[in-house]
Amino acid sequence: MVVKLKREHPLAIQAHGEATYPNECCGLMLGRLVQGDKHILELLPAENARKEGEQHNRFLISPRTMFEAEQRAREKGMDVLGFYHSHPNAEARPSQFDLDHAWPFYSYLIVSVSLGRAGAMTCWRLTDDRSRFSPEEFEAG
Amino acid sequence: MALKVLLPVALRHLTGNRDEVELSGESVGEVIDGLVRRFPQLKPHLLNDEGQVRNFVNLYINDEDVRYLQEDRTPVKEGDVLSIVPSIAGGNLRAVEAASESLDLSQDEIQRYSRHLIMPEVGMEGQKKLKAASILLVGTGGLGAPLGLYLSAAGIGKLGLVDFDTVEFSNLQRQVIHGTKDVGRPKLDSAREKILDINPNVRVETYEAMLTSDNALDIIAGYDIVIDGTDNFPTRYLVNDACVLLNKPNVYGSIFRFEGQASVFDARQGPCYRCLYPEPPPPGLVPSCAEGGVLGILPGIIGLVQATEAVKLILGSGRSLVGRLILYDALQMKFRELKLRKNPKCPLCGEQPTIKALIDYQQFCGISPQAAAGADAPEESDEMTPKELKTMLDNGGTPVILDVREPHEYDICRLPGSVLIPLGQLGQRMGELNSDDEIVVHCKLGGRSAKAVEQMQKAGFSNVKNLTGGIDRWSQEVDSSVPRY
Repeated sequence: MVVKLKREHPLAIQAHGEATYPNECCGLMLGRLVQGDKHILELLPAENARKEGEQHNRFLISPRTMFEAEQRAREKGMDVLGFYHSHPNAEARPSQFDLDHAWPFYSYLIVSVSLGRAGAMTCWRLTDDRSRFSPEEFEAG
Repeated sequence: MALKVLLPVALRHLTGNRDEVELSGESVGEVIDGLVRRFPQLKPHLLNDEGQVRNFVNLYINDEDVRYLQEDRTPVKEGDVLSIVPSIAGGNLRAVEAASESLDLSQDEIQRYSRHLIMPEVGMEGQKKLKAASILLVGTGGLGAPLGLYLSAAGIGKLGLVDFDTVEFSNLQRQVIHGTKDVGRPKLDSAREKILDINPNVRVETYEAMLTSDNALDIIAGYDIVIDGTDNFPTRYLVNDACVLLNKPNVYGSIFRFEGQASVFDARQGPCYRCLYPEPPPPGLVPSCAEGGVLGILPGIIGLVQATEAVKLILGSGRSLVGRLILYDALQMKFRELKLRKNPKCPLCGEQPTIKALIDYQQFCGISPQAAAGADAPEESDEMTPKELKTMLDNGGTPVILDVREPHEYDICRLPGSVLIPLGQLGQRMGELNSDDEIVVHCKLGGRSAKAVEQMQKAGFSNVKNLTGGIDRWSQEVDSSVPRY
């Protein structure tokens, strides 16, 4: 299974991470499953619902945002296929907290933002036994 | 009551790709029970070990969150739609206050940490924070040793160690994380072994490298707290600058002879190291522990002040050393405290910072590659290696060998026929030497003697050379019967 982003998506995610730096950004990735691949058709930037002061190392997409995104996706024949978020001043690898709060199936795309500049992006998926994340292939274009 | 349950795409591979299921029940709880009975694979994702709905699973009846109704006792009626909505959280959870939301302690860990757990100031919540925390120890020497021992025992989840040295006999008087059997091994190996022996729950990451401007940001980014246990100014400024740029607290300590200092630098709340010392001292002015010595116990005290501060930062309790510098004098057995203020003109953390990236710290501290062993780069012709001196002596050469160390060092070992004039007395006693003689100057490592050479050249000595690497290198390369200290 490959996550297929649109050509403009990586830059948009990086720009979002730089705009919210030093806080974490987060957003939803909507699209369709086609022959096992996740075709991402729309990015939905979300407000980080964490309290001020916690946003530099955590993000939360509020249930209401998620509920509305699910409804919006269903109306368009799409699904919420994954999420992106940034790790300010930290590597683009899932943390224990990411793992404990992750869902199966979804793609978790992480962009590292160091000193305000977005860098490496990685994509992850929770294993079905919830024990760890495994890297997920992604491409843009 | 029959109603429709809408499933998020994340769970559909566990329900035979169904995105909705018809179920019946009287309340939300009953419907969820029915759902996991029908699709048992959903259970670990929806319910925790106690059978409660996980805190990152949201349930909506129509468009109302059941948390604001009667939770799982919320009644349902015919035709309702129950939506399972994932709560999406995550992030780089290094700041540990949220650890208690997600980590558990095993039975073994509960026993191990019992003396912490029964203190309300730590408790389960605090211990989980320690487990979620990560600390980088720069150096596993005098300060790094007690830090590594106690922080691992305390249950810090991840310890990073940066070092590239091997254990030497002269380390063992204070670097208690290494033992006699470890002499000759990389310090990282023996430190890791000892830490895991104390507490196998600790994740130990090792970096066999010198911390430099090229790798510091990458390494430090992965940790909550940095503790500097190094003994040189370039690294001290490098760690400080990287921590300020990355918004990390830097727990500082330094030791010399009988005295130590400690503070916590966190530019978000207080001063940084540059606010205290805007510029490094000229090279060679402040002797290192290798040159000046240190009471072996001293790093134990200062290292554990640092460890205490790190643990307090993680627990979020007590009053930290941010904005305070502790001065400890072992001979007087006194702690003093100085207030530190943020310098509004600090080029790094002040109001108009000019330093926005890491710089060349060797250069900043006035250390050029040739002069690593001493002061203002002497010409190459001003230097001589121990082997060259040996050859010269073997061939019948008779240079004056001038030792500029202190008398108590001279008592430990000396080169045959050498003349002792400690560096501090050289100015007044220059007359004891003949400026036309061929003179080879040495100290322990080559730093003080380089300064002596410069001083003597200014005074008109024309044929004076510095023994590079000092008597220490002489012992290694020429005569191993000379003890190293």
